[in-house]
Amino acid sequence: MSQVLEQGRDRFLALAARVPGGGALDALRAEGVAAFTAQGLPGTRLEEWRYTNVAPLAAIEWSDAAEHLSVARSALEAVASPVFACGLEVFVDGVHHAELDGTQRADQVQELADAATAPAALATLADAKRHPFVALNGALTRDGAAVSLDGDDQRAVHLVFAEASADVASHPRVVIETAPGARGTVIVDHVSLGLARHYSNAVIEVRVAENASLDVVVLQRTNDASFHTGHLAARVERNGRLRTHTLSLGGCFVRNDLEVTLAGEGAECVMNGLYLGTGDQLIDNHTWVDHAVPHGRSEELYKGVLGGRSKGVFRGRVMVRPDAQKTDARQSNPNLLLADGAEIDTKPQLEIYADDVKCSHGSTIGRLDPESLFYLRSRGIGVEAARLLLTRGFAAEVLNALPEPALAETLGAVFADRLERSGGVA
Amino acid sequence: MSETIEQLADREYEYGFVTDIEMERIPKGLNADIVRLISSKNDEPEWLLAWRLKALERFQKMLAEGHHPTWAKVSYPEIDYQDMYYYAAPKPKKELESLDEVDPELLATYDKLGIPLLEQKRLAGVAVDAVFDSVSVATTYKDELEKQGILFGSFSDAVKDHPELIQKYLGSVVPYSDNFFAALNSAVFSDGSFAYVPKGVRCPMELSTYFRINAQETGQFERTLIVAEEGAYVSYLEGCTAPMRDENQLHAAVVELVALDDAQIKYSTVQNWYPGDKNGKGGIYNFVTKRGACRGKRSKISWTQVETGSAITWKYPSCILQGDDSVGEFYSVALTNNMQQADTGTKMIHIGKNTKSTIISKGISAGRGQQSYRGLVRMGPKAHGSRNYSQCDSLLLGDKCGAHTFPYLEVKNASSTVEHEATTSKIGEDQLFYCRQRGISEEDAISMIVNGFCKEVLRELPMEFAVEAQKLLGVSLEGSVG
Repeated sequence: MSQVLEQGRDRFLALAARVPGGGALDALRAEGVAAFTAQGLPGTRLEEWRYTNVAPLAAIEWSDAAEHLSVARSALEAVASPVFACGLEVFVDGVHHAELDGTQRADQVQELADAATAPAALATLADAKRHPFVALNGALTRDGAAVSLDGDDQRAVHLVFAEASADVASHPRVVIETAPGARGTVIVDHVSLGLARHYSNAVIEVRVAENASLDVVVLQRTNDASFHTGHLAARVERNGRLRTHTLSLGGCFVRNDLEVTLAGEGAECVMNGLYLGTGDQLIDNHTWVDHAVPHGRSEELYKGVLGGRSKGVFRGRVMVRPDAQKTDARQSNPNLLLADGAEIDTKPQLEIYADDVKCSHGSTIGRLDPESLFYLRSRGIGVEAARLLLTRGFAAEVLNALPEPALAETLGAVFADRLERSGGVA
Repeated sequence: MSETIEQLADREYEYGFVTDIEMERIPKGLNADIVRLISSKNDEPEWLLAWRLKALERFQKMLAEGHHPTWAKVSYPEIDYQDMYYYAAPKPKKELESLDEVDPELLATYDKLGIPLLEQKRLAGVAVDAVFDSVSVATTYKDELEKQGILFGSFSDAVKDHPELIQKYLGSVVPYSDNFFAALNSAVFSDGSFAYVPKGVRCPMELSTYFRINAQETGQFERTLIVAEEGAYVSYLEGCTAPMRDENQLHAAVVELVALDDAQIKYSTVQNWYPGDKNGKGGIYNFVTKRGACRGKRSKISWTQVETGSAITWKYPSCILQGDDSVGEFYSVALTNNMQQADTGTKMIHIGKNTKSTIISKGISAGRGQQSYRGLVRMGPKAHGSRNYSQCDSLLLGDKCGAHTFPYLEVKNASSTVEHEATTSKIGEDQLFYCRQRGISEEDAISMIVNGFCKEVLRELPMEFAVEAQKLLGVSLEGSVG
């Protein structure tokens, strides 16, 4: 391990010693400290981190959450729109701000720090021993939310993790559990209040019960100086359906890990992703679908747009275990490079140990189609407008699949705005 | 493991080879003295020995630091590199009187492959009628090649006759420090082939290790170097479809190709070494480094391979597309049956402008075989306007085999286009049913469907090879049905 990584590890461990004990999270913290001490911060020699150097993250002296900031509701609404007030739960710098919450049902969303006992699914899905940042989250987490969906609730649960203070690292933990046959939508929203540099390291664990159907939206729209690592681990039972939407539209260093296990026959998962890189951003998406039993279906679409000197990384792993016959797995990763300084490193990966399966993956990397551009220009549309139109069209497939129409509209605007401001379409 | 190697190394060759009484016993193990000995056997110049010793030093350093490659998706017991013979003098073959003395199993396979009788005799080590002596045929070829200025012969001869060419190109594509097995090969390579096609010459025939006049055993650490000067064209064939019973378990070969401006090199391989028995006992470990450099503008290097043999295949024929407008191609069929493992693919490194590469990989996995495609496509920051198209298809026969795809795509400029797609499926029940109801046996039907699946690759092979390769696929799949 390089010196920078070692120093980073030691600084994080020093912070862990300062986390106040007591409560339902103690076991998680002890396990996290042990696993993080053993692994440290990952270097680029590890296959999982081959293209993503965490040294810039390790070099910063992060501090833990400061005092309880007072945040105006309007400030929050400006960065986290559209706000789903019915199920709103707000954390600032990793600390719960009850005064900003919406009118959510107490039996549906609960703060982990206040819970008398840890939720059943906590630390059962995200493996701290294999993932250094899951271990780090376990070691340093102070709070988070436990969401349980039991009925056919049409109202989305909106968890906002806002960061405001400079050089603060927060490690929120989210556990989502569904009852058999339940339906619902959970939005995990990472935003910045202001322009200060910060780091958020979130872990989300999701259990989709039999016949349940769940949409999980992970939004990452923090400021240009921020760091983010996120890990979502899910398990889908028989005939359950999970749809994830991972949108990375901000930050300077972003790494998302997504692991889905299809554990029951007839389970299904749809994974949508969109990442927009501008400036010097690094955006890394690692996904893994584990077809453990027969008759599973997975469909993955991750689209990337990279401009400026940004770097995109995608690794999509599909695994079909022996005897997981009749599996249908599809994966697609189209990328658009808008500038010569931009870079994409993609690795779609199939590991198949059963024979009666249909599996495919595709990955493309290219620029905007010159013929389409010519078509638009010949109809009197300026170069910039034409490029913007085509790029928005490219992203629309992912945005339109979002569960709430209001979300698609706002994020479409955020996408276009970022693209235009960065000069990516010039 | 070490025992197996020992047994294999000590074993008398079962198919008609005898140990030369005069052959010096060279002790087992790998050290500077062994390398000096190999070098002196070949009467090598000082600089080549120095190069070998540097490679040895590098290899020993990697071994000591535990850099034995573990990233490939293959598993085998640890190899003891000190428990092997690194030099065996070419053994004269005992000539058999007639085909009757040859192992009938071997003959049956020859028949299935449709190898001509004469060829069968030569392969099995039977004395061939003087009129049709393949050596004399080869000599005729050699005269014709020499007339055009083409150099083609064994590596050791080339070191003696054309040291300036060897010194210029050896290690220029695959440096001795390239990887673990390349370092090993550079230190102890015994012999190999060298081909040089001068400026503007189109080689009039397929060059082949098949007809090489120094057709002695090239040994387990083979080194091939092919240089095509400006505007030259050469097609090179390696290996053959006949089953190769070889006593060396570890093969670590290195192949280097250099294509200058407007030159074209077509390199075809059919590999059918001993794959081990049904339970995975024995078989060759084929750990090969193959790389071609398209140094010149508009140059082209094309790799075609049919890999059906070996217990473990570990090879990635690659192209470095340095010259502007250069082209790289990779066509591969890899078949694993029983306990075979194959981790194979290619690297296309685009450096020059408007470079193009095509990758077509077909993997067939049967029995308990494990098959991986591992490939890299890299578009450098200056490779403007470059293109790549990759297609990797896998066919699964049986529920105990595996097929895996590990493509790496790295793009650093915005005007390049990279397309990659991969599919995995099994033979359709309806396809099989269709064939069966027309009276085609299940085995023949599968063979036919597999051949259709591989057509895109097989048609890249030189014609006579393609026919044999098709039959080879059928033979290799035997016993995988039902």
